[in-house]
Parts: sequence; C-alpha cells; structure tokens
Amino acid sequence: MKKKLLSMALAAVMVLGLCACGGETTDETSTEGTETTSSAQGAAFKIGGTGPLTGTAAIYGIAAKNGAQIAVDEINALGGDIQFELRYEDDVHDAEKAVNAYNTLKDWGMQLSLGSVTSKPAEATSVENNADRIFALTPSASSQATIDGKDNVFQMCFMDPNQGAASAQYIAEQSLGTKIAIIWKNDDVYSKGIHDTFVDEAGTRGLEIVSDTTFADGNDTDFSVQLADAQSKGADLVFLPMYYQPASLILSQAKGMGYAPKWFGVDGMDGILTMEGFDATLAEGVMLLTPFNADAEDEKTQAFVAKYEEQFGETPNQFAADAYDCVYAYYQALTNAQATPDMDAATLCDLMIQQFTSMTFDGLTGTGMTWDATGAVSKSPKGMVIQNGAYVGLD
Amino acid sequence: MTFLSFLISGISLGSIYAIIALGYTMVYGIAKMLNFAHGDVIMVGAYICFYATSRYDLPPLVGVILAMIVCTILGIIIERLAYKPLRAAPILAVLITAIGVSYFLQNAALLLWSSNPKVFSSVVPEGSVSLFGGQLTIPYVTLVTIAACIVIVAVLVWFTGKTKKGKAMRACSEDKGAAQLMGINVNGTISLTFAIGSGLAAIAGVLLCSAYPTLVPTTGAMPGIKAFTAAVFGGIGSIPGAMLGGILLGIIEIFAKAYISTQLSDAIVFAVLIVVLVVRPAGLLGKQIREKV
Amino acid sequence: MKQSLKWNRSKTTRNNFITYGVVILAYIILQIMIGTDSITSTMEGLLVPICAYVVMALSLNLTVGVLGELSLGHAGFMSVGAFTGVTAAVALGRNVTSGPVLLIVGMIVGACFAALVGFLIGIPVLRLKGDYLAIVTLAFGEIIKGIFNNLYVGVDGSGLHISILSDTTNLAADGDLVIGGPMGLSGIPRESTFTAGVILILVTLIVIFHLVNSRAGRAIMAVRDNRIAAESIGINVTKYKLMAFTVSAALAGAAGTLFAMNYTTLVANKFDFNTSILILVFVVLGGLGNMLGSIIAAAALTILPEALRQFSDYRMLVYAIVLILVMLATNNDTFKAFLGRLKPGAKKKKEAV
Repeated sequence: MKKKLLSMALAAVMVLGLCACGGETTDETSTEGTETTSSAQGAAFKIGGTGPLTGTAAIYGIAAKNGAQIAVDEINALGGDIQFELRYEDDVHDAEKAVNAYNTLKDWGMQLSLGSVTSKPAEATSVENNADRIFALTPSASSQATIDGKDNVFQMCFMDPNQGAASAQYIAEQSLGTKIAIIWKNDDVYSKGIHDTFVDEAGTRGLEIVSDTTFADGNDTDFSVQLADAQSKGADLVFLPMYYQPASLILSQAKGMGYAPKWFGVDGMDGILTMEGFDATLAEGVMLLTPFNADAEDEKTQAFVAKYEEQFGETPNQFAADAYDCVYAYYQALTNAQATPDMDAATLCDLMIQQFTSMTFDGLTGTGMTWDATGAVSKSPKGMVIQNGAYVGLD
Repeated sequence: MTFLSFLISGISLGSIYAIIALGYTMVYGIAKMLNFAHGDVIMVGAYICFYATSRYDLPPLVGVILAMIVCTILGIIIERLAYKPLRAAPILAVLITAIGVSYFLQNAALLLWSSNPKVFSSVVPEGSVSLFGGQLTIPYVTLVTIAACIVIVAVLVWFTGKTKKGKAMRACSEDKGAAQLMGINVNGTISLTFAIGSGLAAIAGVLLCSAYPTLVPTTGAMPGIKAFTAAVFGGIGSIPGAMLGGILLGIIEIFAKAYISTQLSDAIVFAVLIVVLVVRPAGLLGKQIREKV
Repeated sequence: MKQSLKWNRSKTTRNNFITYGVVILAYIILQIMIGTDSITSTMEGLLVPICAYVVMALSLNLTVGVLGELSLGHAGFMSVGAFTGVTAAVALGRNVTSGPVLLIVGMIVGACFAALVGFLIGIPVLRLKGDYLAIVTLAFGEIIKGIFNNLYVGVDGSGLHISILSDTTNLAADGDLVIGGPMGLSGIPRESTFTAGVILILVTLIVIFHLVNSRAGRAIMAVRDNRIAAESIGINVTKYKLMAFTVSAALAGAAGTLFAMNYTTLVANKFDFNTSILILVFVVLGGLGNMLGSIIAAAALTILPEALRQFSDYRMLVYAIVLILVMLATNNDTFKAFLGRLKPGAKKKKEAV
C-alpha cells in the first residue's frame, strides 16, 4: 500500500515535470492563452501584468485585463513602429501567487510591467519590479506602500490616502453633512487606507464622526447592525470607502429599514449602476469621487465603452479604464523616448522613469495627468452624483 | 426595540444558515462525509433562479422550481461521479474530493457566468410589516425565510420519521451493513439523500440571495462554512439540531456585531462555538454516545 | 494503519534515510541548476514557498497521520508563527544586521509562540473527537485570523507597542509599524533562502522521526489505533496527544516565519480556511503517516497551479479536475485495478522488445 502510494506520487511528479517543461516550450514558441498575437511587423514590446482572474476579486483583474487588451489591439491596428504583446497572469488577489505570476512573466521576457491590479499583491510584486529594474505602471493598486521607496513603480490611480483626505475636504467644503457615519471593510487595505486619512482629515475640518463600523470577508452580507448604529446616532451622511458590491447591499438594506441619509462613496463605487439587475433608484443621490464614468459624453470614453461592450458583453468599470490608460501612457512615453522593442528591460526602465516624470498625459480617467518622482499621479478627482440612474458632475 | 429588530435580523440570517445546514447534516448523517461542495450548489441554484427570473422573465415560483430541479440533478451527478466511487475509501479522501468539486463548481461558474456581480431580484415581493407604530419593521423576505425554514424542518422530520424511504435513510445512517441485509437499497438511499440535500440547497440559495441580493461565483463559499459550523453546533446528523444551530448562530453573529464589536464579530461567533462544544462535545442536540469498554 | 505496529526497526530506519536522501538530493540538484542558471525564475521563486509548505504538510501529518486527529485550522499556527516571528525579526533588526541571525531568531520565536498557542488550544480541543475536533480547529483558525486583522504592533526605540482594534501604538518617529491590522505585515526583512528552507525541512524530519520512533511516539500511535486500549495499559492519553499537537504547532510556526520572510508583505487573510485545507490536501494525497509522500505532494501541488498557467482561464478548473481525478485514482478499487493491469502489460512489452 505504502509503496503503491509512493509510486503513484512519484508518477504524479514526473507527469507534472513534463507538464512544466511542456508549458515552457509552448510559451516560447506559440502565443496562446492570455497573450495576444503581435502584428506581423517584427518585434513588439512585451507588457505583462498580474491580477485576480479567478476567486473573489476576479472582477477587478478581468476588467483590467480586458481594458488593456482593447488598448493594445487599437495600437497594434495602427501599424506604427510601436507594437505591443500583452500577457496577464492570474494572482488570485494573493501576494504569494502574485510573485509566482510575476516570475512567470519574467520568464516570458516581460519588458514593461502593468504591476498588479490589487493593492496587497502589488506591494509584493513592486518590490520585485524594483529589484529586477522592470518599470511598472499599475492601473489600480492604490496603496501608498505600492510605490513607497521604489523609483520605477508608478500609479495610474489616486493613492488611497489622497482619496480619503479629498473626500473629507469635499464634504466639509460643500457642507454635505455634519454627523458622519463610516462603514468600512476591516480586512481590506484599500478601505482601511481611505478610512484612516478620512478620519484624520475630518477631525481637522470639524466633521463629527458619530459611527464607525466595519465588516470583513465572509461577514459581508448583513449590514443591519452597522446601519442601525448609524441611524440611531443620527448620522446625516454615510461614507462608504469600499467597492460597489457590498455598497449595493448596504443601499438596499438601508432602504428596507427606511433609513435615507446622504451617501458618499469613493472610486471603488463606480460600477454600481452597471451591475446586472441593480435597481438604480437605490443609488439615487449617491455622491462619489471617481476619475471615470462609463456614461461620460466625451468621444473617447464612448468609443471605449462601445468597444468594450461589443467585445466582452459588459460595461467597463474604472479598472478597465485605468488599464486602458496605462497602455496608452506607455505608448506615448515609448514614442517620445523613441524606444525600440530590442532594448532590454533595464534600459527601458530608465527611459520610462525619465518620460513619466516629465510628460503630461490625457486619458479616459483624467486630462493633464502628471507624475512626480515618487510615482504618484496627479489628477483631479471628479465629484459625481447619481441622478435618474446616471452620473452628473457635482461642480 | 432595537434589541427586537436585531433579534429578527438574527433569526432571519439564522434561518438561511439553518436551511443550508440541513443539507449538510442530512448528507453527513448518512454518508458520514462533510460535503464541502454544498455551499457551491447553493450558488448554482441562485444563478439558475436569477437567469430564469431576470433574463427570461419567468415567474419567481417557476424560477425556484427550476433551480431545485437543476440542483437536484447536479447533486445526483456529483454523487455518482465523485463520491460514489469512493464509498469504500477513507473519509479524508472523500473530504478532499468534495473540496475539489467545490473548486470545480466555483471556477465553472466564473467561466459560465463571469465575475461581474449580479443583483438578484427577490422572489418575495418587496415591502415590510410595520409593528408598534412603525418602530419595528420586518421585511416580507424575513418572514418568508423563517416560514420556509420551519416548513422544511417539519417536512423533513415527518419524512425521516414516518415514510418508508425516510426510515430507510435512518437505517442506513445507523448501520449500512445491517440496512443492506434488511433489503434496503443503500446506494439508492444515499443518492436520494444527496438529491434532497441539493434541492434544499437551491431553496437556500434563492432565499440567501433574496435577502442579500448580490450574486457572484463565490457567494456560497462563506455561508457554506458558517452553515457547516451551525450543523456541528446543533449536533451534526440531527435535523432539529441543524435548525437550532443555524438560528442560534445567526442571532449570536448579529448580537456580537451589535453589542460587542463589528470588527471581532466572527471571532466571537467561533469562540462561542468552541465553548459550547467543550461543554457539550456532541453539539446541542447531538447524541451523546457513551463509550463502551 | 495497523501495519505501523508491525514495522520493524530496520525497515523504518531505511525509510527514514530514503526520505532524508530524497530531500538532500533534490537540494543538490536544484542548487546545481541555480548555479548553472538553468532554472526558470518561476521555479526559483517557488523554492522557498515549497519548503514552507513541505514543513506545514509534515507537521500536519504528525497531527492527522500519526496522532489521528483531523485539524482544519493548521494555517492558524502558520499565521501565529509568521506574525510573531517577523515581529521579533524586525525588533531585532534594529540592532542586528546579519540576515541568517534574524531568520533563525524569527523562526525560533515563531515556533515558540505557535507551540504556546497550540498547547493552550490543545487543552480544551483534544477532549473532543472526530469532526467536532475538526470544527473547533477550524474555529480557532478563524479566531486567530480575526485577531491578527485587528492587531497593531509597532517597534521603536523604547520597545514594543501593541494595541488592538485601532492603531494607538503612538510610535516614535523612527518606529516601524510591523503589524498594521488589516494591512498585515509590512516591511518584512526578506531573509528566507532555499538553503534555510531545506535545513528547516531536515530539522522537521529529524524531530518527527525521533518523536515517532521514541517511546512517546509509540504511545501516540497506540492512542490513535485504540484509545481505550491505550488508556487501559496506563498511557496518559491527554499528555501524549497534547505533546504531538504542540510539536506540530511549533513546526508550523517556524514554517510560517520562513514563508513570511520570503515576502515583503503579508496579510492575515492569507492564512484562512482555504490554506488549512490546501495543506490537508497535501497530507491526504501524500498518504497519512507517510512523510516522504507529504513532501512530494506538497511540492507537486505547489508547482501544479503554476504549471497549468498555459491553460489560462481554465487553469483553476483544470486544477480542480486533476485534484478529483487523483483522489479517485488513488482510492478507488476499480481505478486501481485498471492501473494495476496497465503495469504488468507495460513490463511485458518491454520484455518483448
């Protein structure tokens, strides 16, 4: 029995070994899976990114991958000197798997990186990016630790602390509320980062936080207690630093209990209107700071949204738009630097640092974007309010 | 009054745990295996109902029945392909297979139905009952969930106690060998149990998503684990125990959030569970088997 | 199970030496591959996690295979080891710069704390049996996760600052916040190496083999095979159960520190129920009580999801199918008979050629 098991296990390992070898050879010879075939005109820049393509956070990774894919296809179709080959690898929203995915991309020959989609994995991969001198521009990993102390890691999205402070500032300046309740996700870096700076900024601006409650993974369905706490303490504005999925539950449960404060969200809230089956009247009057909305009137956004819907059958969210912008930012920077695909990653890295700290970029998620040497982007968040099922600018 | 409204939220959440826990407990009672894929069958049921009612505009009742049919068939298929070949294998091997099935269902759902959350439109009409001059409101869905839970438990108790098939089930859970000698079709009975458990999972899925209306491929995972905890809490294998365990778990969870800390509520729930099990090692209503030497 | 009683000494010793040999051989081959640069970055990046998972699988095998108790919360001990070990390493790192010293001290501290937690948990838990014990270990894993998600620990010139629920550590300007609640561990010194990992595996093997082949080990297995009989001949069941459980927890704690110090950042949610299950899968697949099996299964199943990347979107689906098929293949008689028929056939063919 023991021997049999042993032989079985050994056999399994051998099969795996073959699998692994097979995997490597196919990677080199053919382009399949998540890669796109580069156009026939010679070499292309290899861009790689990691993100959750399976598991609980899959929606963010898949959106970013799809958004980047559209940009790559558009640029390749132009037939210019700059051609891209894109590859996304699954990191299941886990730092360990993200490093594995990053290493896979490195073996593939990644020259430019889209970092990781979510914050905690990005903190792990950005260290690798920095050590290997592969430039990274993350679409959506917004924690400060992602870019801290790394000269070659840049962000396309706002940093969490900035969002928290900007939200508090906005609420105070527009006197939207005086008694504030916060509901945040206790095991999420994004939510925690915004919450902390919001509380600090609220304190200095004379906003009173009357209720501060949390939820966590696996405990994110019933919000009756959190809402009752906010209601009983007379909060007139509830701040929701979280993604739209729990937010939609909060809105519907608040309605069920007849509680109607003002709601204020952050960029993760974007997407709430495009959830299949969502009753848009629930989100009536919700305010949020977001760099992107799929209903915007401008030509660029509409073309992107139409293309995304056609290709993937869903409305793109902010993650898709950020990733789309990342690829175009690379396109602009590479054009300016007159880079060629035969340059190695370290050379490109130096060129990109030079370009990104000096250039101005207009994209879907903002115009006149600039980056400072720390890698943080400077763009102004747009205040939006949901009226009749659509975003309307607040200013 | 807030106490009462928390109590009602707790009972409502607990009733859903209870219905899921019933599926766990029935399968455990007869097959002596922890069917970790149960939570994911719930998710499949909810998706079927969602597509039936939202995409094809079928009436909610048809959606629920359709979900039950699909889940029942799914349950039987899973049992045939993955668990039946392992009837003689060690329990742990079956446990791992169940986990494999759980991964499979989650990832198949991700590919079939995408990761975008769907907002489930409740099968129960919106609205609520107002009591005490509006101080206490109870949504209809809460009432329906509690009623469904009571009806299901009553039917199951009757079924296992009075019908021939139900008695066969109890016989199999006592002693498979003896049951076979008495002319009971053991394999058929186990399949039947899986079918019933999976049908219940569909109802649980529909009610879970009616009360908390977002639906993603991992929707069933955490309620599944909580319900498993509830089943053990009440005494695994016992049908009234699963109901009691589920409802108590729901109430403890809400009260822990309301009166102690939202941050530590899960830790508190599990701590209570440990204390109960240390005091009553076979759960609240489980059989305390005395060892014979 | 019963055959373990019949083991004769020389055979056991031989098996043990084979296990040591496989580990050392694998280490030498991989070191040569690294030296000659003939290994992919993916594989190289997997080496330390594999070592950590191997130690986790070995230590869980002590609980499940040797002691015979099902534990669904083993990742909890890994978590305790990771968080306490890293805290110790960071605190020490303010004065000491030698990497290996930090790693060793971290692992020892991690192991001690995990052992302490294992001991404390063991007292109430080991009274329970079977699935009730399993669910309580699951509950402990979740409690540990909940606590670390709300714990704030910082280090500055005046020592350790600890607070719970919110960050009130009030660190001095030069202080480091080691555990930041939901932010988890950050600024971890990356000192884990493949060599350190292999040494930890060997130490684990030595500890486990010595325990299993000692008087205590025979007592533990006697408890597993028939608790009542063991009790009746005067074996102190609780003592031996607790002993195995604590040793298992300590080893898991050391593995946790090794794992954590391979990354710069880590969150408590990493060590959840799913990780516990993953480790249990290694143990069951490798065979209960079979240490070499655990090592191979842990390594193979850590590589598998990476090797399946070519399936892109279908990766985890394929992983699930492989898992189910492997369990069926190793446990179903029809399957086994089928494989058995293949084997002699293959031999005959060879002979014919």
